[in-house]
Amino acid sequence: MADLTVPVAGAAPPARRRRKIQFQAIIATIPMIGIAISVFFVAILFTIYWSFTKSGMFPGWVWVGLRQYEILWNTNNWQIAVSNIWFFGAMSLVINLIVGFLLAVFMDQNIRQESLFRSIFLYPFAMSLYVTGLAWQWILDPNLGLQVAVRSWGWTDFQFAPLGDPKQAMIGLILGGTWQGAGVTMAILLAGVRGVDQEIWKAAKIDGIPTWKTYLYIVIPMMRGAIATTLVLQLTGIIRTFDLVVSMTGGGPGIATWMPAMYVINAIQSKLNVGQGSAAATMMLAPIAVLLFIRAIVSWWNKRSAGMNVS
Amino acid sequence: MQTSVSVRDLSLNFGSVKVLENLSLDVGQGEFLVLLGPSGCGKSTLLNCLAGLLDISAGQIFISGKNVTWEEPKDRGIGMVFQSYALYPQMTVERNLSFGLRVARMPAAEIAQRVQRASDILQIGPLLDRKPGQLSGGQRQRVAIGRALVRDVDVFLFDEPLSNLDAKLRAELRVEIKRLHQRLKNTMIYVTHDQIEAMTLADRIAIMRDGIIQQMDDPHTIYNKPVNLFVAGFIGSPPMNFLKGKLEAGSVKIDGTSVSLKGYDFTKSMEGADIVVGVRPEHIAIGEDSRKMPVTMEGDIEIVEPMGSDTIAWTKIGAQPLTFRAAAEIHLVPGQKVAFGFDPARVSVFDAASGVRV
Amino acid sequence: MTADTYAATGAQPAMAGTKADAATGPSGPRPKRISPGRIGIYCFLIIVAAFFCVPLYVMLVTSFKAMPEVREAHLFNLPREWTIDPWIKAWNSACTGRDCTGLAPGFLNSVKIAVPSVFISIIVASLNGYALTFWRYKGAEVLFNLLVFGAFVPYQVLVYPIIIGLREMHLFATLPGIIIVHTVFGMPILTLLFRNYYSSIPLEIFKAARIDGAGFWQTYFRVMLPLSVPITTVAVILQVTGIWNDFLFGLVFAGKDNIPMTLQLNNIVKTTFGTVEYDVNMAATILTALVPLAIYFISGKWFVRGIAAGAVKG
Ligand SMILES: Nc1ncnc2c1ncn2[C@@H]1O[C@H](COP(=O)(O)OP(=O)(O)O)[C@@H](O)[C@H]1O
Ligand SMILES: [Mg+2]
Repeated sequence: MADLTVPVAGAAPPARRRRKIQFQAIIATIPMIGIAISVFFVAILFTIYWSFTKSGMFPGWVWVGLRQYEILWNTNNWQIAVSNIWFFGAMSLVINLIVGFLLAVFMDQNIRQESLFRSIFLYPFAMSLYVTGLAWQWILDPNLGLQVAVRSWGWTDFQFAPLGDPKQAMIGLILGGTWQGAGVTMAILLAGVRGVDQEIWKAAKIDGIPTWKTYLYIVIPMMRGAIATTLVLQLTGIIRTFDLVVSMTGGGPGIATWMPAMYVINAIQSKLNVGQGSAAATMMLAPIAVLLFIRAIVSWWNKRSAGMNVS
Repeated sequence: MQTSVSVRDLSLNFGSVKVLENLSLDVGQGEFLVLLGPSGCGKSTLLNCLAGLLDISAGQIFISGKNVTWEEPKDRGIGMVFQSYALYPQMTVERNLSFGLRVARMPAAEIAQRVQRASDILQIGPLLDRKPGQLSGGQRQRVAIGRALVRDVDVFLFDEPLSNLDAKLRAELRVEIKRLHQRLKNTMIYVTHDQIEAMTLADRIAIMRDGIIQQMDDPHTIYNKPVNLFVAGFIGSPPMNFLKGKLEAGSVKIDGTSVSLKGYDFTKSMEGADIVVGVRPEHIAIGEDSRKMPVTMEGDIEIVEPMGSDTIAWTKIGAQPLTFRAAAEIHLVPGQKVAFGFDPARVSVFDAASGVRV
Repeated sequence: MTADTYAATGAQPAMAGTKADAATGPSGPRPKRISPGRIGIYCFLIIVAAFFCVPLYVMLVTSFKAMPEVREAHLFNLPREWTIDPWIKAWNSACTGRDCTGLAPGFLNSVKIAVPSVFISIIVASLNGYALTFWRYKGAEVLFNLLVFGAFVPYQVLVYPIIIGLREMHLFATLPGIIIVHTVFGMPILTLLFRNYYSSIPLEIFKAARIDGAGFWQTYFRVMLPLSVPITTVAVILQVTGIWNDFLFGLVFAGKDNIPMTLQLNNIVKTTFGTVEYDVNMAATILTALVPLAIYFISGKWFVRGIAAGAVKG
């Protein structure tokens, strides 16, 4: 039922009971109304506002314009955090999608024990990113982990201990992140692949189109929805990246694996610098705002063209 | 006849889209009214307005003499049956039937009695303990009707109740609904896009298009005297033949062929105007029978569609196609020449410009 | 109506066809061949599966070794001498700074946090979803869009204002405080989940209830809620796992008295006196992951459904 509009008829109105029920709906959703407005609107405005103030340990109201942003972008930690999140984000996204898609395609080949494989690929997602970080930190330990174990098997100059090396530490994070998240991508994409009409497969088979071509040119374009879903899931996860880094590298070695989310929490909790934290947080909001803006435009555009088709 | 449901100047918009505009309608006590029209013309919307499920934008609605324009659905004295049955999946049939009564806090004894009566009428006694998921489509629709029945109301609203059923069940339940109406004698407003349902069930049919009632009459009048081209084309299968031509001295010139319309009851003079002559395929006689007709012609058979009970065949007058219905015993083959004829008194003539019957 | 009716994912097996030809040609079922392609498929899947199993395996074997054996650095070997001492220590005597209580208090705190948070957030979210689907009042659409936006906002943007807000209400670093935080952050996604689910219920059922005279609450409690079992299961799984696995909110909002298990794990692992006790750390890590893992293995397909449904759609 769309918006219930007010009748303007001349009839002598009996009690407007419909309005009463509408009123109950509002009462029932007061928690939502309160939270949506106070948290997802007002609180965000506060953060944005504080990012323009001289707030220190406590929020202050002294306007300093873009000063906090100047400081922020001149801080080494932030610069590294930003370049890290770009690198980590791009690599995770691509690797995750490729691994997830390959797994989905292979899982789709009518294999035995499908549910066993599915369970194995997905169980890491049940574990927290924090636990993931600890597990991989242990495996990648330079003195007790994988590197030493492989050497003891005879491959004596085997080298793989990325977490100790500032230049390679990101690789460890990407590895852990992929391990945790690839299964989900697989599950969503597999559902997408299976959602494609079986008749398409029959038609392609009769036309003699090779399987891989069918996937590439017919199936993938048909699963835009599933791909969009995984992208959204990945992107929101990437921007929030925090637990994994804290547990796996603690931001180190040195500050080699700092992330924007860590910068915010650190500014608020340890440095007691609310202005800086708010400026950094506002910067984190920017890409989301841009994405949502694009989405809004796309859906507006779709609606418009759909409307034109109807008329 | 007393009016049971009365709609005055009803308008309804969804945002800026006007679905119903200034619609008025009177339904007599005990009448079976069918709202017929193509999909999307606003039939369900009208029914939902009557039921109080949509707040109307303007106008008034009276049910059993009471102004219910702003009344809650439950206080309007109506029961409603939906196309998708809309049974509560988690409740047994018995609970489904009694839900409304329990909500109204009716005494248990009376609830039991009403459920008993409804299940007797609809013969769903053995199903009372089952869940809707365990019923067939026909059984579900019976239960849905039962849910309206227990409410003991004056007006039943049906929204395409048979559309989800297969052809055979649909025919069975159609008869059953008719029987129910004869037994209960209450007012029924029945929405459908199926003209057979409309013709067989209705006391009166209201044909709708784009939210406007085109014609509201008994089935016989609708079939024989459609008020415009839309109604004429919508009712009847195969559809009425439309022959375009010019009216000249009581005859119509169709692609050079002059056909006399002597006997047609013109309501106004249209001399020289472009008209459309509507001839029902079943009003065309062929072969021997055609000689008895006031108007006779000859043509080549193009396509033959044997239907079992009868045969539909295609021919032409000038360049315009003409279908007719012939008895199954008459053997027709494409290419054959046949004589055919019709009685101008039984055709419909429309003004080509406005589409209105003349 | 079964759970599958409204579910997000569904799978059909690919068709396995058999062909019969003319009398002289091949007849009967085609003989089964093991093609190199299929061997390749299984090899790939098995190798990747092994990679996925490694971390759990390594954590498990390490947790059953004593420290001297761990130091030999045979990561993949089974323990020579099995011991459950690391597990016991991890559970009740591993140290975090001054206290040596192990994970046990963290476990209790996590339960204390998760149970009310899950309960409250699901009640709230299902009511929201119900109202937003069937009773759209003026402004409901705006609210809903605000919530969808909320599902995307990085938590860090909201952390500080919420600290201030909770402090004003004297709830910062208290049990009710962290419960509120989890409810707030769970609301967008759960509301979305319930709204999408209720939207898939035929509107005619709602209309039938209205004709039967059921109002806002009766329709909710007697018609819609009983229909919500599948989606509620998904929501519970999503929320329990999410809250159990949370680290950030525990870190910021829980306070000293309500440290949840994941945070307690952090405190144990990051506290070192001289040597790092990897065996205890690994046992503690597995113990912490046990609840979500158990939920995952027990709930199976529901879990997958939760993920698919939880992923924000259109
Ligand atoms: N909730 C709604 N919001 C906007 N437009 C609607 C809504 N419901 C119906 N409509 C529009 O109103 C018109 C009439 O719909 P309806 O009454 O369902 O037609 P039908 O005659 O097939 O039952 C259609 O064009 C439909 O698109
Ligand atoms: Mg309809």
